[in-house]
Amino acid sequence: MTPINYFMVLSGILFAIGVVGVLIRSNIIVMFMSIELMINAVNLAFIALGRRIGSIDGQVIVFFAITVAAAEAAVGLGIIISLFRNRATVNADELKLLHW
Amino acid sequence: MPLWLFFFLGTLAVLAALGVILQSNPVHCLLALAVNLLDVGVIFIGLGAVTIGLLQIIIYVGAILVLFLFVIWLLNLQAEGFSGYLGLKFFGAIGAAALAAELAAIFWRAAPISRLVTAPAGQGSIYSLGRALFSDYLVAFEVTSILLLATVVGAIGLARRIPSSAGQFERTGAGVPKPGET
Repeated sequence: MTPINYFMVLSGILFAIGVVGVLIRSNIIVMFMSIELMINAVNLAFIALGRRIGSIDGQVIVFFAITVAAAEAAVGLGIIISLFRNRATVNADELKLLHW
Repeated sequence: MPLWLFFFLGTLAVLAALGVILQSNPVHCLLALAVNLLDVGVIFIGLGAVTIGLLQIIIYVGAILVLFLFVIWLLNLQAEGFSGYLGLKFFGAIGAAALAAELAAIFWRAAPISRLVTAPAGQGSIYSLGRALFSDYLVAFEVTSILLLATVVGAIGLARRIPSSAGQFERTGAGVPKPGET
């Protein structure tokens, strides 16, 4: 039986990999995938801690987090499609109209 | 969950996550993300959250990632290397590695919790999840359905094409009209 803090370490490592992905990639769809990695890591932490204290609340929160992530992915990809139709690029370094 | 199984699934999840951020072809990144989400879904099932694990596989991998894949194909994205401000990205990666080390150190030193609280039998089944959703979290449940309605309206409004009256230029739902246009 694995201790629960092993799951928390795994969640922390996955979260940090997601942060690295957002920082080093310039393709905004891959940045979006890294955000999904971060959400996934936090879901793992919720489930692990919910199992630790024997509560169903961790799973309910993850249920809502998956739903909100689905909604965010749909709207975010709609924005990316619209952006691509107007700018013809998905490189974050080239999308700098608001840059000084 | 046995320790060897946790190390196997954990190593697979970390390798898949590294595959997401390090590969150049976006479709390969997406497939690595699918492996990672499937892996964490299996970890959920191993922790007793059977319904949530299966929902993650059905919704997250089966719907959201397919949506990602359709968008990548629609935009016809090609493989690309690392570009842009490489010095900043290097220091960003160093900082995030420091974050990983800090999180791992904090959680590693926490008191190892070997004896879990005995969960009620059937916790993690769809009965217990549904009972909690429809009693304690009913308001959040209803608000989430309104959120999904707003998402559908927003996504269609953003991504549709509006044929202009002249018929020559097509604009998207989020396009900015040029001066003189409506």
